Amino acid sequence: MNTTVALELKNISKRFGTKYANKNVDLTLYRGEILAILGENGSGKTSMVNMIAGIYYPDEGEIFVDGAPAVITSPKDAFQYKIGMIHQHFKLVDVFSASENIVLGVREEGKFKLADIDERVAQIASKYGFQLDPKKKIHEMSVSEKQTVEILKVLYRGADILILDEPTAVLTPQEIEKLFLVLRRMRDDGKSIIIITHKMNEVMSISDRVAVLRRGEHIATVKTAETNEKELTEMMMGEKIDLNIKRTESTNVTDRLVVEHISSKNSDGVTVLDDISFVARSGEILGIAGIAGSGQRELLESIAGLYHLDSGSIVYHDPESGEAENLRDKTPLQITELGVRLSFVPEDRLGMGLVGNMDIVDNMMLRSYKKGNSFFLNRKTPHDLALELIDELNIITPDEYTPVRKLSGGNIQKVLVGREIAAAPSVFMAAYPVRGLDVNASYGIYNLLNKQKEDGVAVIFVGEDLDVLIDLCDRIMVIASGRVTGIVDARSTTKEEIGLLMTQSGEKGVDTNA
Amino acid sequence: MRDVKQTKDVPQTDAVVENVKRRHEPLIHITKRNQMSMLHAVLLRVGAIVCSVIVMALLILVLAKENPFTVLASMIEGVFGDPRRIWRLFSNTAILLCIALALTPAFKMKFWNCGGEGQILVGSLMAAALMFFIGDSIPLPILWILIFITSIVAGAVWGLIPAIFKAKWNTNETLFTLMMNYIALQLVTFFLKMFGNSQGNLDPMPQFAFPKIFNGSYFLNILVIALICVAMYIYLGYSKHGYEISVVGESERTAKYIGIRVPKVIIRTMLISGGLCGFVGMLLVANGSCSVTTTITGGQGFTAILVSWLGKFNPLYMILTSFLVIFLQQGTSYMGDIYRLDTSLADIFIGIVLLFIIGCEFFINYKVNFRKKASDVTAGKEAVH
Repeated sequence: MNTTVALELKNISKRFGTKYANKNVDLTLYRGEILAILGENGSGKTSMVNMIAGIYYPDEGEIFVDGAPAVITSPKDAFQYKIGMIHQHFKLVDVFSASENIVLGVREEGKFKLADIDERVAQIASKYGFQLDPKKKIHEMSVSEKQTVEILKVLYRGADILILDEPTAVLTPQEIEKLFLVLRRMRDDGKSIIIITHKMNEVMSISDRVAVLRRGEHIATVKTAETNEKELTEMMMGEKIDLNIKRTESTNVTDRLVVEHISSKNSDGVTVLDDISFVARSGEILGIAGIAGSGQRELLESIAGLYHLDSGSIVYHDPESGEAENLRDKTPLQITELGVRLSFVPEDRLGMGLVGNMDIVDNMMLRSYKKGNSFFLNRKTPHDLALELIDELNIITPDEYTPVRKLSGGNIQKVLVGREIAAAPSVFMAAYPVRGLDVNASYGIYNLLNKQKEDGVAVIFVGEDLDVLIDLCDRIMVIASGRVTGIVDARSTTKEEIGLLMTQSGEKGVDTNA
Repeated sequence: MRDVKQTKDVPQTDAVVENVKRRHEPLIHITKRNQMSMLHAVLLRVGAIVCSVIVMALLILVLAKENPFTVLASMIEGVFGDPRRIWRLFSNTAILLCIALALTPAFKMKFWNCGGEGQILVGSLMAAALMFFIGDSIPLPILWILIFITSIVAGAVWGLIPAIFKAKWNTNETLFTLMMNYIALQLVTFFLKMFGNSQGNLDPMPQFAFPKIFNGSYFLNILVIALICVAMYIYLGYSKHGYEISVVGESERTAKYIGIRVPKVIIRTMLISGGLCGFVGMLLVANGSCSVTTTITGGQGFTAILVSWLGKFNPLYMILTSFLVIFLQQGTSYMGDIYRLDTSLADIFIGIVLLFIIGCEFFINYKVNFRKKASDVTAGKEAVH
């Protein structure tokens, strides 16, 4: 590794209102290195890189580029200093091609010829090993291809310092591997890369050094090779935390939800669920693993009555009466009216599970406001519930009348999960409940799921972190392209086995242990 | 890049940093406010109105070459000058408020009902048509009841048609409701052509008007609409319907997730919205001109959109915003008459006041920081050392 300093922050502070987003941050970035920025939600990672990229302007402190003081007041300024940022949310024109997007806003001498641009884009792409057709339109692209365009956009403008804000959040494991390969090539070419990520294993595998932030302050920068996940977590949290997930033994296991041969095609006629059968049992956590978009969302939504099925049955066994009820083709309302206590934490929290602009109290009654014959709302019960949850789950909020969108990601999720648990479910489904949450909040959610299991609830948990699935669940069902490729016992399986099942598409899997 | 190269070999003293900073640091720096106190926000709005009055005064001085104080005083005179004007002020405020109240549930649902004009017009048309055709042949109270029902139903149907298309085929409600306005307008024109007098007008039929309370038609408007305002406030904020409207407006996916039938809510809400507009149309005829014209709404169906937005979709705030708009309309029109100012000047004044009021929302949400003066920075640095 090179030791020429590319970028240096000295004593940088940034306030929003009276709150410090960053306080006296010092940071050094060398040429030809990958520096990971690690920190919990709200620890000031994004605001710090935004100052480097010219989106925010620091209130105090100085930034040096190549040893000279730099004043970066806009992303345009940042490009003059050869700094480019790849945002979490892409900023691309859908109807333009890759090249057109890349060249947009660049002022160049000479005549503009799109063919030349295509060629130059292709050149840069092949230099670092990207796979991209410069003529392809953005709206035809996958998420990973769009990200590639964003990276090429920055490289095209000659950036030597690249900032990536949570680039892996939207990618599949395979795409992440490809991205890391490209990043390493760029590093070897002398580029400096700052990468923000939540995931500890990614930090360990990609970075040369790690800078840890906590509550807006820079705690330390350490060499990745000389540290470990435990130490980093402690630095990040400021305290020791137990990273082991306890798996309690199941008791009173009975079949609660029997799904048999369900299939569905989407509006384009593509099969999204292909002959899926499984059983969810009380007092058990059933994990669902699979590459993102393999039908997990559709599966849960079809159980919740939100997605149309072409065939198959979903039979619910009532724990009290013992009666069996087919839920297929029932609306959410009909399912509730049948007395089926089905809770569902959807993947899209603010777009589906909650209403961002409503306060906590009003969000509490989303599922229950209809109760009673009165024309008017009863806000007393949800108000009590809101106070109870804020207290029990340590939801950090000014008061119960704060719009939920103003809360942090972890607290938003606690509101949602708390509400769904409060409905005393007998089946509890959660899709990616810890996505975007920091370590502490994630473990809080795992504990809540375990608690549900102990209370005899049938828990269905769609997750992306295989380590967590293996530690937390009793059985793991793997799906690939809408098919079940295997149901394995979490106590005896390995990551490799699941990984293999995740990419298996042709043959129907065998129920190895169920 | 150029700047960096120039400073590259210069020793990095504070002075150099300050120099670079002074050249590049943005002059204005906008930051989001956390929460502004109620008092502060009210003061800011009052300040905005004062500023707009100053600008108006300057315009009067420059464009009309009149004494701004007397001109502005005439505005007050035009609004509060005699009891009749005051009655008219409150009655017109009530009418505008009622239209805004009608549009608000649709707006909260993010259904942009721009069809207030048309929904009012069909209400008016039904009222006038009933008076014209069967007024003489049935007892007055029965006529009134019939007018009441048909006007509301007509307005509701005018709201229902775009609602059904939106609910079933997701058509654009803005264009659809605007088009419905033209249809309503043509219906009125047709009616006047067929049954009006030689000038194409319908002679007023005051014998069929609603009973007068306190020697005029104003009190009834004010009373009824005050009740509607309170009812709407409760409906939106405390009823299950109101809650469903908010959820559908915020996110249709959430609505489906909790089992709300979205088409049903859209249709139900537009029936209320259109029906209430039809009700206003009835008031304009049966408690007003006792006739119908194509300009009977006076464009208030559109003005009400602004009233509703300015009032942040809160029926109680909308009392203030509709009052402000009517105050300006009535005041500037009187002022124009007295000083023989061009009518467009009156419109300009209304525009100025609204611009300032809407503009001040920015300052309520954001804080503007100016770059510190160079001398302040150095002084600060010295104090530190």
